[in-house]
Amino acid sequence: MSYVPNTPAEIKEMLGVIGIKSGRIEDLFKCIPPELRAKSFDLPAGKSEFEAEKYLRGLGKKNVTDLIYFVGGGFYDHYIPAAVDAIVSRSEFYTAYTPYQPEASQGTLQAIYEYQSCIARLTGMDVANASLYDGGTALYEAAMMALRITGRNKIIMDGGVNPIYRKMMYCYTSNLSIDFVETPVTHGQSDRKEIEKCIDDKTAAVILQNPNFFGAIDDHSDISEKCHKVGALMIESVYPIALGLLKTPREMGADITTGEGQSLGIPLSFGGPYLGFMATKKEFVRKMPGRIVGVTVDKKDRRGFVLTLQTREQHIRREKATSNICSNEALCALRALVYLSLIGKDGLKEVASLSRDKAEFAKAKLGEIKGVEVKRSSPTFNEFIVKLPKNPNEVIGKLIDKGIAAGFPLGRYYPDLDDYMLVAVTEKRTKHEIIMLADALEDALWS
Amino acid sequence: MIPTGLKYTKDHEWIKLEGKEAVVGITDHAQSALGDITFIELPQIGRSVKQSETISTVESVKAASDIYSPASGKVTAVNKGLADAPEVINKSPYDNGWIYRLSVDDAKELDKLMDAMAYQKYLKEQEA
Repeated sequence: MSYVPNTPAEIKEMLGVIGIKSGRIEDLFKCIPPELRAKSFDLPAGKSEFEAEKYLRGLGKKNVTDLIYFVGGGFYDHYIPAAVDAIVSRSEFYTAYTPYQPEASQGTLQAIYEYQSCIARLTGMDVANASLYDGGTALYEAAMMALRITGRNKIIMDGGVNPIYRKMMYCYTSNLSIDFVETPVTHGQSDRKEIEKCIDDKTAAVILQNPNFFGAIDDHSDISEKCHKVGALMIESVYPIALGLLKTPREMGADITTGEGQSLGIPLSFGGPYLGFMATKKEFVRKMPGRIVGVTVDKKDRRGFVLTLQTREQHIRREKATSNICSNEALCALRALVYLSLIGKDGLKEVASLSRDKAEFAKAKLGEIKGVEVKRSSPTFNEFIVKLPKNPNEVIGKLIDKGIAAGFPLGRYYPDLDDYMLVAVTEKRTKHEIIMLADALEDALWS
Repeated sequence: MIPTGLKYTKDHEWIKLEGKEAVVGITDHAQSALGDITFIELPQIGRSVKQSETISTVESVKAASDIYSPASGKVTAVNKGLADAPEVINKSPYDNGWIYRLSVDDAKELDKLMDAMAYQKYLKEQEA
């Protein structure tokens, strides 16, 4: 397909026909307030291929991709085996988007089906969907699902839920009349008393995260019991790697579970594309958004895969669809599938244990530094918070210069935690690197 | 044949008044237009509903369609057998495939609905 842009003469002619006498394209956008308009559409003159490549390489050199990474906050630097890239780079997978002629794409459907099975097993739930955009949108979809199931409109959200997810939730629901209540986090874990105070027979769901944004791990079984007593659902957002060690959402009584799948073989790559996963109990499958692949047999009893429950989706049910999601994150879901298949059950446990143990080592090392206080009020998985005697933003900046991304400054989302930094450790971090972090931090603070 | 003695809506539900209660289902035309029915979301017993309000969803291999209550009232019973065998609606839409019973608030509401003759005429018009 050739792309022939309009010539200035043609543009003028077209504008003339629709009554823009000035002949300026900008005048088409007059109805948009000036502060929301692009300041200028003037682009520099075109470059040759050679010039463009040189320019882009120059830009690329500004990127730093070899930092020693201790930043988490929902997205983690886990190792990605080479086989993940090798398999997803096969053109049969790489070029196929969500299947529009699904039954003709048996390979794609099988991959999605296997992915769903992996997520269901990982979370202990009955069914998983074919994937969603990311952890935040998945959590929003879970909240909407709870409203549909219960016919209620109050949502209690734990303060330990990733602040990015909470922001997304409020943005997505800003035009709906949902009664949101946020409960604070005390001592790193969900505040039982506060949740109990808020939960009533108007509550559709309580939304929790495990481990929470501060890295604290929790057993939410008691909260799910309270939810179920008043007919509310418990939604738990989880970190999939942590499930190698922790109780599953099902074991804690969750009705819907979601999470960010980036840790499962998907590179951090400047914020995306990532992967949202969602799983639930069988009784709620018809209220679940997105696509679901099922397995069946054909006339000759041969196994085959189908897109099932499509009748709830947008292209058939229009404005009454379960969700406006009519797609899935197939390639990222495939990465997660290949990753989980490669490392297996024992491998997942090992990745989780190593991450946790190394984080404990980092806690010990950082705790030895004068003025640094490691918070130990609740058990953590691979992430924890430290109080610094100096502004974390400045300290983090100093360590970046030494090639270390030391952590995430909590003040950015929690104004009362201005002195705190969130530190994450994965299986990739070596003992040497953790000691380097401690030494560099001590230097930045005291020399 | 469209059974007489029932009342019909433009959305292809039927309602049969039995004293103060009424039985509701979908018509033979509706079931055949939907195709093989795979699932029905039954209404909650005790739920109050207004005439023309969505009360249930029926899902077939082709589509998921809402069922609108032909009359205002309170749901008193649902056809629980449909949960495991929704195909009964295809086989026996006017009889074993009934969906729910409700205590009718105002039987006069049913006057707005069509009788068998009017419904048959309506279907013919729809086809034309």
